[in-house]
Order: sequence, then C-alpha cells, then structure tokens
Amino acid sequence: MASTATAHADHQAHVQHHFVSSEQQFDSAKMGMWLFLITEILLFSGMFVAYAVYRVWYPEMFDSAAQELLDPFKGALNTIVLLGSSLTVAMAIRFIQDDEAKKAGWALVVTVLLAGVFMVIKYFEYTHKIHEGILPGVHYSYEGLTTPYVGIFMSIYFVMTGIHGLHVVIGMVILSVIAFRTFRGDFSSEYYTYIELSALYWHLVDIVWIFVFPLIY
Amino acid sequence: MSTATAAPAILPKGHEPTHNYLKEPKGIKSWLTTVDHKRIGIMYLFTVTGFFLIGGILALLVRLELIAPGETIMDQDTYNQIFTLHGVVMVFLFIIPSIPASLGNFLLPIMVGAKDVAFPRLNLASFYIYLAGALLAVAGIVFGGVDTGWTFYTPYSLETSAGVLWMTMAVFVAGFSSILTGINFIVTIHKMRAPGLTWNRLPLMIWGLYATSIVQVLATPVIGITMLLLFFERVMGIGIFDPALGGDPVLFQHFFWFYSHPAVYIMILPAFGVISELVTTFSRQNIYGYKPIALSSVAIAFLGFLVWGHHMFVSGQSEVSSIVFSLITYLIGIPSGIKVFNWVATMYKGSVWLRTPMLYALAFLFLFTIGGVTGIMLGVLAVDIHLHDTYYVVAHFHYVMMGGTVIAFIGGVHYWWPKMFGKMYNQLWSTIGAALVFVGFNITFFPQFILGSQGMPRRYHDYSQLANGEPVRQDIIDLFTQLHFMSTVGSWVLALGLFVAFFTLLASLRKGAPLAEGNPWGAATLDWTATTSPPDPHNFHHTPIVTRGPYDYHLLDELYGDGGDSGDGSKLGDGSAAPVVVTPSKDSEV
Amino acid sequence: MNNRKLGLGVIALSVLAIIGMGVLWAVYGWMPAQKANLAPVIDGPFYFVKWASAALTLGVVLAMLYLMVKYTRKSETQRSEVVIPNTIMETAWIVLPTILVLVVFTWGFKAYVTSNVAPPGAYEIYVKGKKWLWEFTYPNGVVTNELTVPANRPVKLIMTSDDVLHSFYIPEFRVKHDVIPNRYTSVWFESGQPTATAAQLETPGYDFVQVFCTEYCGTAHSAMGTRLNVLMQRDFDTWLASVETPSEASVDYGEKLYSQKACITCHSVDGSGKVGPTFKGIYGRQQQMTDGSVVESDEDYLYQSIVNPGGQVVAGYQNQMPVIALDEVQIQSLIMWMKTVE
Ligand code: HEA
Ligand code: HEA
Ligand code: HEC
Ligand code: CUA
Ligand SMILES: [Cu+2]
Repeated sequence: MASTATAHADHQAHVQHHFVSSEQQFDSAKMGMWLFLITEILLFSGMFVAYAVYRVWYPEMFDSAAQELLDPFKGALNTIVLLGSSLTVAMAIRFIQDDEAKKAGWALVVTVLLAGVFMVIKYFEYTHKIHEGILPGVHYSYEGLTTPYVGIFMSIYFVMTGIHGLHVVIGMVILSVIAFRTFRGDFSSEYYTYIELSALYWHLVDIVWIFVFPLIY
Repeated sequence: MSTATAAPAILPKGHEPTHNYLKEPKGIKSWLTTVDHKRIGIMYLFTVTGFFLIGGILALLVRLELIAPGETIMDQDTYNQIFTLHGVVMVFLFIIPSIPASLGNFLLPIMVGAKDVAFPRLNLASFYIYLAGALLAVAGIVFGGVDTGWTFYTPYSLETSAGVLWMTMAVFVAGFSSILTGINFIVTIHKMRAPGLTWNRLPLMIWGLYATSIVQVLATPVIGITMLLLFFERVMGIGIFDPALGGDPVLFQHFFWFYSHPAVYIMILPAFGVISELVTTFSRQNIYGYKPIALSSVAIAFLGFLVWGHHMFVSGQSEVSSIVFSLITYLIGIPSGIKVFNWVATMYKGSVWLRTPMLYALAFLFLFTIGGVTGIMLGVLAVDIHLHDTYYVVAHFHYVMMGGTVIAFIGGVHYWWPKMFGKMYNQLWSTIGAALVFVGFNITFFPQFILGSQGMPRRYHDYSQLANGEPVRQDIIDLFTQLHFMSTVGSWVLALGLFVAFFTLLASLRKGAPLAEGNPWGAATLDWTATTSPPDPHNFHHTPIVTRGPYDYHLLDELYGDGGDSGDGSKLGDGSAAPVVVTPSKDSEV
Repeated sequence: MNNRKLGLGVIALSVLAIIGMGVLWAVYGWMPAQKANLAPVIDGPFYFVKWASAALTLGVVLAMLYLMVKYTRKSETQRSEVVIPNTIMETAWIVLPTILVLVVFTWGFKAYVTSNVAPPGAYEIYVKGKKWLWEFTYPNGVVTNELTVPANRPVKLIMTSDDVLHSFYIPEFRVKHDVIPNRYTSVWFESGQPTATAAQLETPGYDFVQVFCTEYCGTAHSAMGTRLNVLMQRDFDTWLASVETPSEASVDYGEKLYSQKACITCHSVDGSGKVGPTFKGIYGRQQQMTDGSVVESDEDYLYQSIVNPGGQVVAGYQNQMPVIALDEVQIQSLIMWMKTVE
C-alpha cells in the first residue's frame, strides 16, 4: 500500500506535486470517491429506514397509497431510462481507455440526454400530483384516498424522489462539464480520472433509484 | 528514519530553519487561499479556539444564572437560548473539528511522511464550508434564536422560533465539512505513507485519527438526512416527526442519536491519539501494548455504532432494545479500559519527564477515568431511569468532553506549539495554568454528580418554583443551592486557569520570545525527527524512509548518542554520551 | 521547576482532588431518601457501581502516581529500559472488567424489569402533561394538579402529553418516564410512609414529595414541578370524595385556581409580561389581536380565551396557551376573580 519513493523527475503534467506518481494520484482519487459514495448511500439509507419504520407502522396505508397515488408505468419507464444511461457512461470509460475521446464524449452526451428524459418524466409525475393535491404531510388534500396519515407516505415519496432528483441534476451538470473537457482533449487512456469518478457517481444515482422504485411504487 | 535525513532537520536552540511555512509565501491572501495542510491546520486552530472561548463564556453565564435559586441574571427564555447555544457551539463548532481539523490537519501528513493530504484543495474547501456552517449558526441566533437544546427534539423544535431552521442548516453544512476532512484523512493514511511506514509503525495519533475519520464518514450522513428531514418538517410539514400528523418523535431521537453517539467517539478518539503521543514521549518509553491500543480505537469506533439507544432508556423505545443497547454500552468500557491501563503501564521502567503537556496527560487519565466509569453507571438500565436528564449526565459528559477531549487538546497544543510556531512558552506559567484548570474543573463538575443523583434535572433555569407558583420543597432548594454555588465558583477558577494557559501560549509568539529547539521534548516520531520547527513549506526535503516503530526509544541513537563517538573523541560505549537533541539548557527548565 | 518538585505538585493536587471528592461524597451522599418500593431496587446497583468505580479510579490514579514517582526522570540522558508487555497483565485487564460489567449488566437488567412491570390490580391514575402543568385524573373523574396517592399500594400512572415531550420524574421514588403526545407510557410505584394527613393538605408548608419535569419542554420547563402527597388509604378515600368543585362560583375560588391551575406560570397579576399577557386590569381592556382586530375584553371574550385559547391570539404573544381542564364553575370563578385584578 505504501507508496514507493519516486523521484520528482517522473512527474507528469497532471500529477500534483504532493503525489509521487500518477497511480498514487489515481488510486487516491478513486478511494476518495468511493468513500464519498458510501456517505451518499448512508444519506439515502436514512430515508429507507424512515420508509421501513412507517411501513411497519401503517402497512395498509402504504399498500393502498402506493397503488392509488403513484404511477408505476412512469416509474418503470424511468428505471429503463436510467439503466440505459448507466450503460452509456460505462461505454464512455471503455472508449477513453481505447483513446477514442470523440466517442467517449458522445457517450457522455447521450448519458446527459437520458438523464434529461428522466427528469422530464419526473416533471410530469410531479405536476400531476401537485395538481391533484397529492402532496406531502399537512398539504395533502386529495379526495380520492383519505386513509389516515397518507400524507406521510407522500412525504417519504417526495423527499426520496426529490433528493434523488437533485442528485440527477447535479450529475447532469458534472457529466456535461466532463463531456466538454473530453471533447477538448483533456483526457486519454493515460489519464481519465474524472470520467471514472463521475461514472461512479452516476452508477450510484442509478442504484439508488433501483431501490427506490420497487420499494415505493 | 534514516539518520541521513534526520540530521539536518533537528536544529539546536536559537537556530531558525531556512524555510518556514509560516513565512513563505507572505501576505494575508496567501493564507486565505493556501492549500498547505499546515496553514489550514493553523487557521482551524484559531477558529475552533475562538468558538471554544465563545462557548465558554456562554457556559459562565449559565453557571452564573444557577448560582442562586430564582432568577439571577436572565429570564427563562434567555437561559434556554444560552444553554442551547453553549451546547451547539461546543459540539458542532468546537469539539468535533477541534483535534482532527487543527492538530490532525497539521500533523497527519507530516507523521505519515507525506507532503500534504491527498486532496489539498478539498481540505481548504472543507475549512470554508465549516465557516459557512458557523455563519449559518450566527444567522440562527440573529433570526429568532434557538432554544431547543443541542438535541433538537421534536415536536418542540417544530413549534419554537424559526432560528431552528438556520441551526439545522448550520449543523448540516458543518457536517459536510466534517465528512470531507474524514475522507481526506482516510485516503491520506491509506495511500500516502512514506516508504517503510507500515501499519504497525504508524504513530498512535494516526490510528486515533483513522478511527475518527471512519466514524465521521459513516455517521455524519445520518445527521445530514436528519437535519434535512427536520428542515422539511418545519417548512413543509411533512409529518415524519410530528405526532400531530401521525409521525413519531421517538424516531427523531433514534436518528439523532445514531449520529450523536458515534459523534462522542469522534470527539474522544483523536484525544486518545494525542494522549498516546504525550505519554510515550514524556516517559521516554515505547507504548505498552501498541496493537491493543491501536485496535481498541477501531473496536470503539465499531461498537460506538451500536449503542445509541442508551440515550433513550426512558423515552418509550421498546424494552428489548433498551436491554441490548445497555449490554453493548458496557462492552465499550473494555477497549477504553485497555487504553487507560496501557497508558499507565507505559510509564513502567520509563523516564517520566513532567513538562506541561505531560501534566495535561496525567490530568486526562484521572478525569477521563471518572467520566468513563460514570458513563458505565448511566448505562445501567435501572439506574439510568433515575439519572437520565439530571446533572449526573451533565457531569458525565463534561468529564469526558472537557476533562477528556479538551484537556487532551490543550495538552496537544502545548506539545506541538514549538513545532507549529518554533517558539517555546514559559514553563512556570503554563504549569500554573494547568494546575488551575485541573482544580477549577473538579470544583465545577464534581458537585454536579451529586446534584444529579440527588435529583436536579438538567436544562433548568431555576430550581425553586413549582407550577403553582409556590416553592420547591425547602430542603431540596437548600441542597441544590449549595452545590450549584460550588460549581459556579469552580467555573471561575477554571476560566482563570484557561486564561493563564492561553495567555502564556500567546505571549510566546511575541517578537523576541525564545525560539524553541528543533525537538525540545526528544520525541521519536517523524513530525519531530524529520522536519524543522517550524516545518518547511513542503515538510520534507526528501521523503523520509522509516526503519523503526514510532516509539522505539531504544533504537533512537540519534537522540541519545550511540555511546560511540561523543564528538570529543572519547568513546564511552555505554550509551551515556550526551544526547544530540535533548540539549540540557537552563532556561528551558523554568 | 524541576521534575521532583513538579511530581510533588502532581501528587498534592491529586490527593487534594481525591479528598475533596471524598468529603463531598460523605457530606452530601448520593441518592435522596428512599420513599418508595423501587428505591432500594435501583440503589443496589447504583451503590455497587459507585464503589466499584471509586475503587477502579483510585487504582488507576494511585498506579499512575506510583509509576510517575518511581520512574521519574533523573538526568537528561537517562534511558528507559525495554519493556516487553506482559501477556498475563494484558489478558487480565480485558477479562476482569468484562466479568465486572457482566455482573453489573445482569443486576441492572433485573432491577429494570422490576421497575417496568406493574403488578396487576394497581391503582390507576391518568396523567396529562401540558405546557407547563400536570393534570391527574382519578378513577372517579376528579382532576387535580397535584398528585395524591394512597400509601402502601401499587399505583400506576398512565401518561400522555397534549403538546410536546415532557418527562415525569419523582427523585425520591426513583421513577421517571417520558410523556409523549399521541402515545401512552406508564410508570408504577408503591409509596411507603404517608407524608401528610388529609387535614394537613389545607395548611401551607407541609411535607411533600417533589415531582419534576425532566424533558426539556420550552420556556417554563424548570417551573413545571408539582407536589406529590402520600395519604393513608383511609385519608385518601376521604380526600378523594371531598375534592369536588364548589357548586357556586366565587372570587376566592378563582384566585385559588389561578395558582392551582398554573395560570400563574404564564400570567402575572402585577403588570409584568410573562409568556402570556398580564391579568392586571384585564377586564374591560382594549385588546389588539394578531389579526389586527381590536377586541374589548368582556366576560365572553375571557370565556372564549380560556376554552379556546388558539381562537384569537393577543398581538405580541404566541399561541402558547394550552386547553386546561376546567368545569363551568371553575371558569366562572376565574373570570369573576380576573375582573377584580386591578
Ligand atoms: C467525549 C464524549 C463522550 C464519551 C467518550 C462518552 C463515553 C461514554 N458514555 Fe457518554 N455521553 C456524552 C459524551 C460522551 N460519552 C454526552 C455528550 C452525553 C449526553 C448527551 C445529552 O443528552 O445531551 C452522554 C450521555 C451518556 C449516556 C446517556 C445518559 C442519559 O441521558 O440518561 C450514557 C448511558 O449509557 C453514556 C454512557 C457512556 C459510556 C458507557 C461511555 C464509555 O465510552 C466510557 C468508557 C470509559 C471507561 C469505562 C473508563 C476507562 C475504563 C477503565 C478504567 C476500565 C475499567 C472499567 C470498567 C470495568 C467499566 N453517556
Ligand atoms: C465540548 C463540549 C463542552 C465543553 C468544553 C463545555 C464546557 C463547559 N460547560 Fe457545558 N455543555 C455541553 C458541552 C460542553 N460544555 C453540552 C453539549 C451541553 C448540553 C446542552 C444542552 O442541554 O442542550 C452543556 C451543558 C452545560 C450545562 C448544563 C446546562 C443545563 O442543563 O441547564 C452547564 C452547567 O453548568 C455547563 C457548564 C459548562 C462549563 C462551566 C464549562 C467550562 O468547562 C467552560 C470553560 C471555558 C471557559 C470558561 C472559556 C473562558 C476562557 C477565558 C475567559 C479565557 C480567555 C482568554 C483569552 C481570550 C486569551 N454546560
Ligand atoms: C403555557 C402558558 C399559559 C398558561 C398555563 C395559561 N395561559 Fe392564558 N394565555 C397564554 C398566552 C401565551 C396568551 C396570549 C395568546 C392568546 O391569546 O392565546 C394567553 C391569553 C389568555 C387570556 C386572554 C388575555 C388577554 O390579555 O386578552 C386569558 C383570559 C387567559 N389566557 C386565561 C388563562 C387562564 C384562566 C389560565 C389558567 C387556567 C391560563 N390562561 C393559563 C399562556 C398561558
Ligand atoms: Cu415539561 Cu419539561
Ligand atoms: Cu452515547
């Protein structure tokens, strides 16, 4: 694990001065990203715990609310869209490893577009609910289903999908920047740390959704 | 380390190193935009100390209010805001970042033989994020104040003033900073160690920081989501924690303590690291049981995740969970005991040198043991029913936090001060400061154990009035008054001691104050043997190569002289040659 | 300051601290008087752990001081001896504490079970916590704000809250539990000696058992304590039968209710502002509301303010006032009395 002493002369342009080698820098960045992803998973776990607790408390309410209030079709569609985008980021990494920066860039662009599709579908889901008064907590005013405390279910729905959506938007921004830099020629098979890291992040966003979808819908 | 790199690093007294991170580059802007871990550490040091003073002054106000029954200097609402602020400032703005972000940032790369932490820019970012958190906390005070206690229990926190919104965001943001520091440290320890620095040769300070960082990374996101949910609860009424909407206030407590119990180990584990360094250096002795101490930190970090329910024995959680939580709570006493016993045993056959940092280390052993065993008392299911939310708990946590962490922090600052600033403070005055702190601390907090077991509840503005306006039973008022009086007087002695200690340190920074020797304590870790005091901006001229354990004093010929050539040609060969580093000097004695 | 003098200083301060703690221990003791059956059950493990802790702490400190003196540094060049950690020692200080804590756990666990499970047939009283008073409802429907219980008989309190968390705490009974909105929690105890006779309850300054609120609940959290009276069963029965509200409203009765029902916590009679507006000159006063309207304070307004406090909120105040259990005569008495507060 401990780094080997390498003379300063070996330093390539992208290696910061406090690292001894390119691998050390890449390994560190990757480990840092993994740790960050762990914190993200824990952040979402908090919400899953809240979900589990209330599901145990109010099982019937949860079943009926999921059936009556949510749109599993749109949810499923979104799952497919996100899975597709995960595939395209993975492709971007393959391409850059083969030094095909153009293709890698396009793969990233497609990823961003798919993320956009996801957000559009989400937008339709949200507006429909807001229109019907299917809102969290105190604001819940939908006449169609009045089981007690159903507002809590919607709270969990909105908080979870909302925070997840926020992650999607952040991911879109990051991936766009990375795509731009890829086209500019910043990355190569020698050095593609940022593509790797943003792909890891994107997979996380995807995986969280894979849990959210079957649990909530 | 190879003698070749060590030799130029340790300068004799009166010699300034040619390069000094404090002076290069110059200018305030170079400080504010620095990515040098040492400068970031120093900026943290001054900021957290500032918050400690603020928190301390709030504490003095709390104590003054309680000196006598009835309203003394402030009304109920003010009191409630002051103790809340005291708790929030001390916990989130002072003690959690205290040792890791200040001493840790400064030392971690040096102790592992690296030029910097793995992500220097992230490190600076985390400092500014922390400041943003502090700013939000200030906003909370300005926009309504916060009177929930540092625990923010619902539903009270949902209906009181809007300052809570700001405060939850402050905690969220400060937590983010804490996560970034943790990630940075873990990666640095894993990936940036100097050649030869195996896990078994890591200084115990690094083990302490490593365990701390793991807890920071795993627990802090949970307080993040808790604060977010509380925020949404307040602005949108999502109902998750609000009983009026079918939510569960006890769930909030679970969320809160799932972070905040591990957080108490975020506070104490770095202190354990500091104490290991102090005890070994000033006993001139290898640590008694390196592996047990290193691994017990990890064990404590791990067990710390499984005991949060001991804060909720009377809150309405299920009895079975209370029983399980109680059992695991005791188990934490065992690795903690291993540490205490090993520290004491380290002095065995050592050469105990009583400099100010060691005085703090000894005070720590005394006070932390009391704090720890009273924690065990609180873990006893049936007994906690009586003691919960009384001053017994207040005394317990001040013994571990102030008597443990803060004492270790101050001891550590005294120890590394010559390293950080190249200056030596006045020994006599710093000794007086340490003595006053020890005495004042005990007068302040020991009576609180008795107050608590006698039934004095915490978060009380007054202890003399019933709901119908008539007095509390007279003998109770009398008892509480006497003990509170003692405690308040103690807090003045404590404040005086802290003042003397801080003033003595600051006074050493004045122009013309004596320069420190390169390694005034004759310590054996890389921070002392391989860098100048103060260090070079890049820490090392050459990456050091480590060839021995951190406390192998018997291999430390460069400190003691190898009994070989003593310089004047006389070969003694019995190890008694004058040490190269620990130069005897009269004025460092006083 | 040389090493030896400092060593003496450390010893002196340590001894001073130990003696000081010992003196406080001896003078003040730890636990308050044992006034109910659960007290000895809880004090057992408490004192065991206390003595064990004292012994452990003393052991650690004395060992520390001994080693500090024995191995104090005598010269600049003194080298320490190489010490190989002793496996037996290392094992001992893992195993012995483990045994100790297991003993403590078992003991604490047993006591906990005892303190948690009320015997069948306990006398049941309903408790409601609200900001900032307690209401106790007896089986016959009587509501009081001080708790009165029969001696030598298991009593079970079934508790809930109207607003935020509170916690019901009787130090001398070693009883405590959080009181939670929308949920019932309970505690039980069997009190020992009576603290008063029925007649004494009418005279000020009699002996009682102190009750505190121990979960932070806002402004007057520290003024939410009340009294607990223990009466002989016979006295208790007489007392319970006699607490009826007078059938006629009166100013005197209103004044009594003002403190009994804890209006005093939030309303002053001397013109000073507390959590709520002062009662001084309340009758006939022009009152500005938060919605901007101005209302003249007449009987009807006072009545509405008491039965439905959230209905109209006085400008400059929060909607903090709880709905307090009062019957018509009590409300009338309060209003009659309020009119007299000048
Ligand atoms: C630095 C912070 C810190 C540390 C290290 C600890 C350490 C411990 N704490 Fe403490 N605790 C707090 C900070 C801390 N605590 C705070 C802030 C609160 C209150 C929060 C609030 O409500 O506001 C609190 C509250 C608290 C409670 C809840 C009380 C209540 O509200 O009713 C409990 C109950 O179990 C507890 C237990 C323990 C235990 C068992 C340890 C153990 O880790 C201690 C282990 C150490 C030792 C035991 C001493 C050394 C060991 C030996 C010498 C060996 C021999 C020992 C034995 C055989 C037992 N703590
Ligand atoms: C790190 C944590 C920490 C620290 C160090 C302290 C330190 C102190 N605390 Fe605090 N305390 C808490 C964390 C901490 N506290 C928490 C979490 C709570 C619970 C809050 C809640 O219930 O929500 C609490 C609650 C609490 C209470 C209970 C309030 C109540 O329940 O009503 C009391 C009462 O005595 C108290 C007192 C003190 C005192 C006297 C100190 C002293 O040790 C302070 C000493 C420091 C100073 C006195 C600084 C002054 C220094 C100078 C003046 C020197 C100036 C020099 C220069 C400028 C050069 N604290
Ligand atoms: C928790 C604190 C609290 C308690 C206890 C309390 N009140 Fe109040 N009261 C308030 C507050 C706050 C207001 C002002 C806001 C409002 O109008 O609701 C108020 C308003 C009033 C008013 C209208 C005052 C005015 O100036 O117009 C009356 C009358 C009143 N209370 C009577 C009582 C009586 C009688 C009791 C006891 C049986 C009582 N209150 C107990 C807090 C309290
Ligand atoms: Cu009710 Cu505190
Ligand atoms: Cu805890």
